[in-house]
Order: sequence, then C-alpha cells, then structure tokens
Amino acid sequence: MTVFIIRRLSQSLLVLFITSIIVFAGIYAIGNPIDILIAPDATFAEREQAIKALGLDQSLIEQYGTFLWNALHGDLGRSFVFNQPSIDLILNRMPATLELAFVALFLSLAIGIPLGLWSGLRPNSVLDETVMTGSILGFSLPNFWQGMMLIMIFSVWLGWLPSTGRGEVDTVLGMRTSLTSWSGISHLILPAFNLALFKISLVTRLTRSGVRENMPLDFVKFARAKGLSERRIVSVHVLKNIMIPIVTVVGVEFGGIIAFAIVTETIFAWPGMGKLLIDSIMRLDRPVVVAYLLVVVTLFIVINFVVDILYSLLDPRIRLGSAA
Amino acid sequence: MNGPTLKVENLHTHFFTEKGVVKAVDGVSFEVARGEVLGLVGESGSGKSITGFSILGLVDPPGRVTGGRILFQGEDIVGLSSKEMRTLRGRRIAMIFQDPMMTLNPVLSIETQMVETVLAHENVSRGEARTRSRDALGMVGIPSPDERLASYPHQFSGGMRQRVAIAIALLHRPELIIADEPTTALDVTIQSQILAQMQGLTKQLGMALVWISHDLGVVAGLAHRVAVMYAGRIVEIGPTDDVLDYPTHPYTIGLLQSVPANVPRGAPLLAIPGMAPPPLQRPSGCPFRQRCAFATTICETEPPLDAAGAVAWRCFHPQARRAA
Ligand SMILES: Nc1ncnc2c1ncn2[C@@H]1O[C@H](COP(=O)(O)OP(=O)(O)O)[C@@H](O)[C@H]1O
Ligand SMILES: [Mg+2]
Repeated sequence: MTVFIIRRLSQSLLVLFITSIIVFAGIYAIGNPIDILIAPDATFAEREQAIKALGLDQSLIEQYGTFLWNALHGDLGRSFVFNQPSIDLILNRMPATLELAFVALFLSLAIGIPLGLWSGLRPNSVLDETVMTGSILGFSLPNFWQGMMLIMIFSVWLGWLPSTGRGEVDTVLGMRTSLTSWSGISHLILPAFNLALFKISLVTRLTRSGVRENMPLDFVKFARAKGLSERRIVSVHVLKNIMIPIVTVVGVEFGGIIAFAIVTETIFAWPGMGKLLIDSIMRLDRPVVVAYLLVVVTLFIVINFVVDILYSLLDPRIRLGSAA
Repeated sequence: MNGPTLKVENLHTHFFTEKGVVKAVDGVSFEVARGEVLGLVGESGSGKSITGFSILGLVDPPGRVTGGRILFQGEDIVGLSSKEMRTLRGRRIAMIFQDPMMTLNPVLSIETQMVETVLAHENVSRGEARTRSRDALGMVGIPSPDERLASYPHQFSGGMRQRVAIAIALLHRPELIIADEPTTALDVTIQSQILAQMQGLTKQLGMALVWISHDLGVVAGLAHRVAVMYAGRIVEIGPTDDVLDYPTHPYTIGLLQSVPANVPRGAPLLAIPGMAPPPLQRPSGCPFRQRCAFATTICETEPPLDAAGAVAWRCFHPQARRAA
C-alpha cells in the first residue's frame, strides 16, 4: 500500500510537470495578451512598462523557468486581468463546480443503477425497450440543446425551477454549498440533471449488461440453491460484481463531468470554474488558464487514485501493491 | 419417515425454444432413501443436470417442469410457490455444482457466503452463524477453518473450493443432497478424497445423495444404486453391482465397454458408435436405436419398462442376465 502511494505520487508529479510544459507552450502560441490588456491609445512607454511588469519581455523558456520556480514555491502566478493570485480565483469558483459535478454523479448512479437493474432483469420487456430507447436519447442529445429544452420546459412553461445562477449558499464544514436550502437545491436541479443525463444513460446500460452477463452464471444459481432471496442475490451477489466495471467507467467519466461542466455552466450561468476558464481564454489571461489546467489535472489524478482504492475494496482479486 | 426421501415420478422438463421443444427430461422416475446413494450416469447432454435442477425448482426459462411428480418426504414439490421452494432449498435439499471455480461468488468472502446461508433459514445471531460456518469447514477437512473464513474464493485451489461448496451444502444438515458431477473438474487424488468424504458424511448424517456423473468408475465405488440416463430418460436402473456386472440395456453395455479399467489390458476399447441424437432430432421409439447393434424394427415403437428382480430397463432386446 505505501509502495503503491509513493509510486503513484511520483508518477503524478511527472504528469503535472509535463502538463505544465504543454499548457504553457500552448497558451503562449495562442496570442499575445498585451494587445487585449492595454488600451489601444496607451503610449509606447506605458506599453513597454506593462510588458515588463507582466514579464512578457522574456523568452518562452525564461518565462516558463520563472513560472516553474514560483510554482515550486506554491505560487501559480497572478491573473493579468484581476491582479489576484490565479489559484485564489480558481479555488473560489471550484466548490460550485465540484458541487454540480458530485450531484450529477450522484444522480447518474441513483437513477442509472436501478433503471439498469430493472430492465436487465426483464430483458426485452416493454419496460426494457423503453429504458433502452430512452438511454439512446440520453446519449445522443447535444448537451447545450438539451439544456435549453430543460430551461424551456421546467422554467419557462411550467415555471417550477429557476433557470440561471446559484441560489442561497451556506457554509457547512468550511465548504460553501447550496444543498442546505430549497432555493439552493432548486437552482441546482436543472444544471445537475443536464450534466448527468449522459452518465445516467451510460450507467443504465452498463448495469443492464452487467445483470444480463451475471444472472446466468453458476454463482447465481448456487446462491439460489442456498435458498437466498432474489432480492439478496441481485442487490448483493450480482450488484457487487457489476460495481467493478461501473466504478471503472464512472471514475474515468467523472473527470469528464468536471471538464464538460463548462457547457452546462455557461447555459445555466452557474458560477463555477468552467465559466472562469472560458472568460480567461477570451482575455488570454495566461496564468489563470495554466493554473486551471493544472488544478483539473490534479483532480483527475485524485479521482484515479480514489477509483483504484475503491477497485481494490470491491474486487478482492486486486492488490494495490502489485498494480503496475 | 418410512417412505423414500425423494421419489421422482415420470418427470418431464422441457425447454420451449424458438427452434422447438427440447425435451431435456422426458419421463424420468427413480427414488432415493435416507442414507442411500443413487448414481445418475449418462453422457453429457442426457439431461442429468436438468433433472437435478428440476428437483430444486431451479430450471431457468424457457424451461419448465411440464409433467410428473417430485415427492420429497412424501409431499409433491412440483408447483410449490417460489417462497415455499426457497425454504426447502439450502435447508432440506442442497445442491453441489460441477465447476468449483464458478460456484462461489468471486467478490464475497467465504464467511459472507456461508453466514448468509445460515441466516437465510434460521434466526440466529451472526456470531452463532459464524461458528456454524467454521464448524462446517472443519467437517469437510479444511485446515484452520477460523482463518479461512476471511478468505476469498481465489485464494483456494479447486479442490478446496469444492470442499467449501460442500460445507455450504451441509450447513443445515439437509435430508437430500444433489451432487452434480462435483469431482469432474478435479484431479484424481483430490477426487477420491472428496468421494470418500461424501460417502462418510452421507452415512454419518443419514442423508440421501443423488450423485450425478458421467463416469461409471466413480459411481461404481460410491453408489448403492445406479440409474443410467440416455436422451432424457432412464434406460436402466438397479443395484450398482447388478447393473455394472450384468448390464441389460445395450447402452449400459456400451458405456461399460468404453471404460478402460473394464477391458482386459491390450484388448481394444469399444467406443459406442455415432453420437447421441441432438435433442430436437430424436428418433421415434427408442432414442438409442440408431447406435444400437441389436435394434430391429420394433425399436421404432416406444420400449416399455421391464423389470427382473431389483433391476428395471427400457429395451426390447435386453441382454444376457445373470446366469440364474
Ligand atoms: N436453456 C436451455 N435451453 C434449451 N435447451 C437446454 C437448456 N438447458 C439445457 N438444455 C438441453 O437439455 C439437455 C440436457 O442438459 P443437461 O441436463 O445439462 O445435460 P447433462 O446430462 O450433461 O447434465 C441438453 O440436451 C441441452 O441441450
Ligand atoms: Mg451436467
């Protein structure tokens, strides 16, 4: 276990280092932020001074060196636009995105697993066909269109749920969350559902095929021969086997939920870090973009780590120490 | 209880597939008494496993028991509700399967899989259930059963897994055990250990045992009586010594001649010519007639059940009986 953690940690640092190089070079190639940051009528001297202040007069290598040196000292640079530490800007917005992502994850499991079990246990029934057709819709609707339809139906026509922004926010255990009040929750439902719909379809299908695969196996028949109830057979024997592929896929997809929150955040004006990224790219606010991507990569690394731990808990045949 | 533990009368189990009705079990009758071992032999596909599953009410759709009676302790259990069947399964009737690699759930500990079996039928504490599980492991010869309870199936060899399955079957001291080729997948040495153990346990616990096998050699040493199955029917049944020493049915003779130990060294082994007919293309009358050296036109009609002494057979051309 310790060996596993140490190895994982050093791999992660390497990944972060390589990402930083790629991102830094990439954002450098996009354009010179000075043209956006400086008023068009600024004097030459003002312009020179600004370039110097932002460190834009140095070569790419020099700039990267400075960045890396500062990063190793815990400083990911200051936003050109807001003149604040970029990491503060991101961490400020991150809880909103994580909240959205976790609620979407919860919805996809809480809806997808029962639906998948339900249709997997009654293959080719009307219910199964309906669920399967529904999941194809869930896969194929474009995220932004589906978001606008949700707003149209539930906010405009029915008037049940608000369409934009984040509702009341409370601080619980140092985390700001909207889950403590109806105002907060009602603002969360539509964007979270929009973000979750694809995953619901995915989890439903994974669960269904897992059920179809496991039910004919000998261990299920043996469990029946022991006199266990169908309920226990499905919810313990079969489900625990199915959870292994679900955790794998959902773990990989969870990073995607966070990254793709950008579209949903934009549609529903959700004040998360995805929106910050879009704004920062528009303004060529390099330090924020670089810091954002490093934070997201770190999240991916953490998620993968959690998935591996879960994996070893679910499947006794997997030992963390021996994993490559 | 005076009557036989299990009495199967004219059992029919059919599968209603798209291609037609597969008559997997087509009129099977036999009985087993307390403390008795009945060997059920026949080549693969002859309907042995489906006979066993029918007794436990575990035939999967599209199959079902379409006719006959299964009297367990004098009560017909065909058509019992699934709830009533569940109180019998694992408690009064237990089953052991062929492939020990597949019968235990790979992701649950041995303890979980044993304790749940106890708790499915009896209202005892977890601690009590655990003690019972440990004792059952000890009874089937698993060393240091206390520690082994925490193990998972992959940590056991095939032979050990089969012992665990046997221990699970014994948890409630069932009146009847159906063992479906439990040693076929094991090494010969392990096989004979398990055979000896089952023999002892049957006597010690006074169970009735139906031992399914395709191997006459195994059955010869274990069973008091033997039933030979072919194409969904029992073609010959009687005390083991009578049937094996003086076979009546040409199919039984063929089976015996294809066992190497029964043929003098150097003499050619006599394989039964041809193959068992596919279940959807069985000929009218005797299903064995196309492979039988003694067949005549009368064999195109249904052979009746004949008996002499304790042996019964279905054949128009019974072969040499014991010289009076
Ligand atoms: N699910 C099923 N659908 C159709 N036919 C089946 C099914 N299960 C078993 N059978 C048929 O039942 C017959 C008996 O099978 P089985 O009892 O497993 O034979 P064995 O004697 O080898 O144990 C076989 O011919 C098989 O084709
Ligand atoms: Mg079989």
